[in-house]
Amino acid sequence: MTIYSFDNTFEGLLTLVFECYSRKQFPDEILSGEGSQSVLFGSTSNIVTDDRKAERVWNGIISRSSEDNAHRIYRVFLSGLPDAPLLLVKYIRLIIDSTKNEETNFSLPVVVEVNKLHQKVCREAQRIHMFTRFQKTIEGSYYASYAPMYDVLPLCIPHFSDRFADQHWIIYDLKRNYGFLYDMKTVSRVVFDDLKVNPQNGQLHASLLAEDEKLFQRLWKQYFKSICIEERRNDKVHRQHLPKRFWKYLPEKL
Amino acid sequence: MISESSLEKLKILAGAAKYDVSCASSGTKRGNTQGGIGNATAWGICHSFAEDGRCISLLKIMLSNYCIYDCAYCYNRKSNDIPRTSFTPDEIANLTIEFYRRNYIEGLFLSSGVLRNPDHTMEQMVSVVKKLRTEQRYNGYIHMKTIPGASQQLVTEAGRWADRLSVNIEIPTENNLKILAPDKDFKSVLEPMKMISTGILESKEERKNHRNAPLFSPSGQSTQLIIGATNDTDHTILKLSSALYTRRDLKRVYYSGYIPVNSYDNRLPALSAPPLRREHRLYQADWLMRFYGFRSDEIVNTENPNLDLDLDPKVNWALRNPHLFPVDINTADPMMLLRVPGIGTHSIQLILMARKHQRLNSAHLKKMGVVMKRAQFFITCNELRSQNVQDLKPEIVRQLLLDKKSLGSDASVQLKLFYPMTPALR
Repeated sequence: MTIYSFDNTFEGLLTLVFECYSRKQFPDEILSGEGSQSVLFGSTSNIVTDDRKAERVWNGIISRSSEDNAHRIYRVFLSGLPDAPLLLVKYIRLIIDSTKNEETNFSLPVVVEVNKLHQKVCREAQRIHMFTRFQKTIEGSYYASYAPMYDVLPLCIPHFSDRFADQHWIIYDLKRNYGFLYDMKTVSRVVFDDLKVNPQNGQLHASLLAEDEKLFQRLWKQYFKSICIEERRNDKVHRQHLPKRFWKYLPEKL
Repeated sequence: MISESSLEKLKILAGAAKYDVSCASSGTKRGNTQGGIGNATAWGICHSFAEDGRCISLLKIMLSNYCIYDCAYCYNRKSNDIPRTSFTPDEIANLTIEFYRRNYIEGLFLSSGVLRNPDHTMEQMVSVVKKLRTEQRYNGYIHMKTIPGASQQLVTEAGRWADRLSVNIEIPTENNLKILAPDKDFKSVLEPMKMISTGILESKEERKNHRNAPLFSPSGQSTQLIIGATNDTDHTILKLSSALYTRRDLKRVYYSGYIPVNSYDNRLPALSAPPLRREHRLYQADWLMRFYGFRSDEIVNTENPNLDLDLDPKVNWALRNPHLFPVDINTADPMMLLRVPGIGTHSIQLILMARKHQRLNSAHLKKMGVVMKRAQFFITCNELRSQNVQDLKPEIVRQLLLDKKSLGSDASVQLKLFYPMTPALR
């Protein structure tokens, strides 16, 4: 049984693929860095991330399929699911070993599976586009936080930096404890140790809020109430489109 | 400018706007500009969902709910005794920006009751939209209602700033419109619609020559029809929609199941609940016309003037045309694949790509998201032949499909045992 472990970065995974080819040994199992599970059978090879090897695999994927496909692989990696690395290694192997482009061969289970997971990740990213709610701070900047199911924040940032180009903002992933800060010029990754945020609902501490912030939250809540047609009430569809796990962060549902 | 007192206005004017079902924020791709705020994505984004299950994408609001008209079906009609109020153009522009900056909304949907006269109302609405674009440097989505009877000049001005313009027809036939809305006629609705489509066409032409020629309602125009307030058939309704799509180049026709807001008015039917299922079937039929290449008379015709409430219109069409089935998944023309019940536009894309690699069987199709429960009767694929609609006869397939749906929750729906066939097949 061949077991690899890596540092759980995307470059690490690509390096792992490179090593598989040079050792001619493909994994039966992949362990990600921090989760040092005890392994009963066989020994584990730990892969040291190497950006140059990673780049060669990345370029290999592009030349055997397409740039879209390489990005698809990246997004599936962001799912962070325990099975994703092994699935991706199988998929990348299929792409690299085939003489023609297999990314659209939906008769192969591995292709279908990668595409399904890809869709799930993209949908979660869309939900962040939809359900992010900024709170205005006393300094006039805007803050939002969430706990997305997958690590999709990096995928969402271009959307926000184009759309909200003339305001300072921070979007923070409470589950993974990092976020992005935009200062009207650049976006940078940030980690806060002493975030003054209620982890229950992502609301900033009252002393940090702009004077009229609560008013606008109430106005939005009122709008949400007024726009509903009682005769058409449909809680099932409502919950289907607006998953309950987001409710605690939405002023209209608070 | 926005204060506690705005809460009451918002309550009234959002409540007054909620009967307009249009919610799309798609169709324009507009980038942000230097120092500006906002953009519009081609596919649109919903930001919340109301408890009635409808998407909230735009701040859908009326400038005013005062109205000089007295349309029987309208909550805001002159003769209704309801609280009335108006926003100033500044208030709406301000509210839009504040909501937008918090990512509550994708843009503004602005409507209004008719104040004094159509042009006066239109002027006020145009000033909101112009303020947003010029003073606030706002590049997000704006949908603006055109007031029937407004002048060409104001419609042109509106089209310059808004992404989408729309005029609601509301009642599908002119006779019925006259009865229910004595202040309106088809001309007052169709004229501005024509102005808009001409404006869109001209701007498109001009932009072929000059890339920076001004846009005009770049996301097109839409309209709304109220369903079930009159005795108009689905045939009449879909014929009208089809004509609007082809001759007026409309992007969307919305169907709004009639909600008895003025139940005391005896020109209107007494309904215990809005006809939601019929509305749903109309949307499905509309979808077939816009994305699946169906003509309206293939869906409903003089023989079958109304949509079947029990089964979707695509299944119905297929059952009326069993001689065209089964379709071979591995060789069929894409336009024919589109007509197979249980296969949607997404799975067709996958099928077309995958069948270049190898022959497909039903297990592949299932994985790709084909609804085999329906599709099985209408296809053959690379395996043993199963019983299809020709072997089983349409009546039987219909019954099988009905049985698989749990109609139990809706006891009032009687199963129709005999299926009406087209004359050609009798």
